[in-house]
Amino acid sequence: MINSELRELYQQVILDHNKSPRNFRKIEDANKSAEGYNPLCGDRINIYLIVENNLIKDISFQGSGCAISKASASLMSSIVKGKTVHEAEELFNKFHNLITGKLDDNFDLDELGKLAVFAGVREFPVRVKCASLAWHTMMSAVNEDENKNVTTE
Amino acid sequence: MKVETPHIEKVSFDVEKIRKDFPILKELVHGKPLCYLDNAATTQKPQAVIDSIVKYYSTINSNIHRGVHYLSVTATDAFENARTKVKNFINASSEKEIVFTRGATESINLVANSFGRNNLNNGDEIIISGMEHHSNIVPWQLIAAEKKAVIKVIPITDEGEINVEEFEKLISEKTKIVSVVYVSNSLGTVNPVKQIIETAHKYNIPVLIDAAQAVNHLPVNVRELDCDFLAFSGHKIYGPTGIGVLYGKENLLDRMPPFMGGGDMISKVTFEKSTYNELPFKFEAGTSNIAGAVGLGTALDYISNIGLEIISKHERELLDYATKSLSRVEGLKIIGNATEKSAVLSFVFDNIHPHDIGTFLDFEGVAVRTGHHCTQPVMDRYNIPATTRASFAMYNTKYEIDILTNGLKKIAEVFK
Repeated sequence: MINSELRELYQQVILDHNKSPRNFRKIEDANKSAEGYNPLCGDRINIYLIVENNLIKDISFQGSGCAISKASASLMSSIVKGKTVHEAEELFNKFHNLITGKLDDNFDLDELGKLAVFAGVREFPVRVKCASLAWHTMMSAVNEDENKNVTTE
Repeated sequence: MKVETPHIEKVSFDVEKIRKDFPILKELVHGKPLCYLDNAATTQKPQAVIDSIVKYYSTINSNIHRGVHYLSVTATDAFENARTKVKNFINASSEKEIVFTRGATESINLVANSFGRNNLNNGDEIIISGMEHHSNIVPWQLIAAEKKAVIKVIPITDEGEINVEEFEKLISEKTKIVSVVYVSNSLGTVNPVKQIIETAHKYNIPVLIDAAQAVNHLPVNVRELDCDFLAFSGHKIYGPTGIGVLYGKENLLDRMPPFMGGGDMISKVTFEKSTYNELPFKFEAGTSNIAGAVGLGTALDYISNIGLEIISKHERELLDYATKSLSRVEGLKIIGNATEKSAVLSFVFDNIHPHDIGTFLDFEGVAVRTGHHCTQPVMDRYNIPATTRASFAMYNTKYEIDILTNGLKKIAEVFK
């Protein structure tokens, strides 16, 4: 009943994370945080982290947004927890290439683990910002940018 | 002066015949027939409008005014003829009161800059409403910052209405202008602008009406309203983009300084001083969008031939049908429940984000707008980040509303 391109975008994993997002809370003693905003659609996200010795010990998020942005934040938080900041950054680069359709043909999707479910986004250029908002916001928080208000516009 | 009302034939409205006039409605989107419900963003163009633009560029394209050759004279006639059509369409007194702009946004910016520069001083007040489009907020903020003036906002009720008494309370001896929207683009509310104008005039305060979402849905008569300024865009009334109108009372426009400087808006220029051209040319610096004006004139002819009363009745039926159909969809909440509404239906649906709804509906061929609709203060008022908005035009059908309703039910299945 639903179109295959759409099914590819809204995979079950994404719908599941949208419905029951993981790490959807505020870390009270977070030592890094940032707010991300997509003025185009009004998506807003707050990312909280505990980073010690370059290791992401805990991460959480709050905010409102579409299924793609919420699922992306949820999956990101599950995956980067326990990784180093450097590893998270590398993952973000690969993820960004995935959703913008810039991955090499011989790239092993397994490297991205569950993030591979976002491959369908590449067919929807207007939704790339939805998928990347959480990541941009996290990178801003860990890098402690001067201006912590991230906007994807 | 006697105002002639156009003769309207009492024929039944044939939507299928109208649809044939709009070539884009034959297009397929993702393999489905286009179901275009984003008319508050822009309307589609009838073949007559498209043809008039093609004809203009193919046969008479030339620069207007001051030309002595045949094409220039013909193009000038076509441009000025379009101005007369606009004048008649809104029942202005004279062509001098019709300024061509790029759109409603530029029209409002013109008044904010030109009227504002001459009339606003430290501590003066500008009144707008809580349901303004950003284009009727930001131009006033810019001039207010420059002149240290203050913006006062008429509050909106839970239903999405503004109260004339609440408005009157905001008026003070410092109020210099009132600028309100006729029909809200995000709520569909038709505001009581006639009462607002009457109230403001008791205190001798001029009123600008943003009629961008009004002129295509209901007959607008500037002399009956007695508004001082009125702004609208061509592309929302079945005309081309890049052309719009500012209506202003002659005595007000006359006293206002030019908004932009350049060719066409002057009568004499020396390096020491220039004297400005007469109305309306004083406000039309540079070469105007001539083809756009011609296309707009054709669009107004097209509408007048059908009759705005008849269009309005059809759209009212669509709105009532859509309101009933969507109200029956479980979990759907309509935002904006004013008693007087135009062809706009905004809603939130369960916890499904409008962006997701928009993408799903797109695959049903349905074009709706999702987001804040350039009215972020309205979204804040209702504590929602965004809505999905279906907006109707003369060529929409009840069948298309069924497609929308069924599409929403399918989405609910996926997200349940």
